[in-house]
Amino acid sequence: MTAQLQVRVWRGGADGHYQTYDVPRRDAQTVLDVVSFIQRRLDPTLAYRFACRVGMCGSCAMSVNGRPCWTCRTHVSKVAPSDRLEIAPLANLPIVRDLVTDMREFFDKWARARGRFEPTRTRSDDLARIEPASPPRRAVDRAIECIGCGVCYAACDVVAWNADYLGPAALNRAWTLINDARDGARRERLSAVAGDAGCHACHTHQTCTARCPMHLAPTASIAGLKRATTIAALRGEL
Amino acid sequence: MSNAAATRLWLAQRASAAVLALCVAVHLATMILAVRGGLSATEILNRTRGSSAWAAFYAVFVLSVSIHVPIGLRTVAGEWLAWRGRAADLTCLAVGIALLVLGALAIAAVTR
Repeated sequence: MTAQLQVRVWRGGADGHYQTYDVPRRDAQTVLDVVSFIQRRLDPTLAYRFACRVGMCGSCAMSVNGRPCWTCRTHVSKVAPSDRLEIAPLANLPIVRDLVTDMREFFDKWARARGRFEPTRTRSDDLARIEPASPPRRAVDRAIECIGCGVCYAACDVVAWNADYLGPAALNRAWTLINDARDGARRERLSAVAGDAGCHACHTHQTCTARCPMHLAPTASIAGLKRATTIAALRGEL
Repeated sequence: MSNAAATRLWLAQRASAAVLALCVAVHLATMILAVRGGLSATEILNRTRGSSAWAAFYAVFVLSVSIHVPIGLRTVAGEWLAWRGRAADLTCLAVGIALLVLGALAIAAVTR
């Protein structure tokens, strides 16, 4: 391990450029540590986004050496064997400035996928009893852990090809609600996630699953939606 | 196109792909066996002409191709050429009809 990291950082908007910084290398240094060092010691004008620093909030995702990842829990030693880092804003999202992307479209697509829970009970009803070992609950054991970081969306080829595609995270969210016994909008949600911009556009490349920092499998969620929408279409319920 | 219609197209493409997997395997195996067995074109035509079994097999094959290809082309046109909408759909439909007609003519030529 050498003493210095050579870090190329994206500066500006969509028509910006890379700027190179020398950053001292440390033990157990994360990519977010590197970005923070640049902003605090070398160039206070650098714009980037982070909050929790412990892999919970999903706000620090960036493209590192060409691959999207959460930077707070990505160690430099794992991604920069050659002492070079290239840090860019997430792909498939408009750049606001430097390393900050506009996440509106990403979250608007959650709404388009009917990602909002539609309750069937009121506060005066008893709590719903969900058996932890029941198949619908187990089907979403991992999927409900999504932190909305946008890594899967930035990694997805289909999003790059089709701007209307809802993307892995929104479809994964829909899958969790399809399996929620308390939810009352199954039919509308299946209709929303079907078709050319929905689950049927997925080519099962599995890049989302490979890149998800939470080790979730959006591809499996999308496959579940394909099965559910196909059954609904055959029954004439779509 | 509605999401329900797009879902049916997706389903039709998957179903036709499953049929094609079988048809292509039979077609290739038959071709290789016929050639390696030393059959001439005349001898092959003598076997296929008047055969309702071969006519039925290739009718299924051509029908599956005519369903599978235009749906796939529609996806390719949308993703690689950003060509979507009614004009793209109708063009792909025309390709499907052309494949169906050409395939039907080919079946008639070797089985009648």
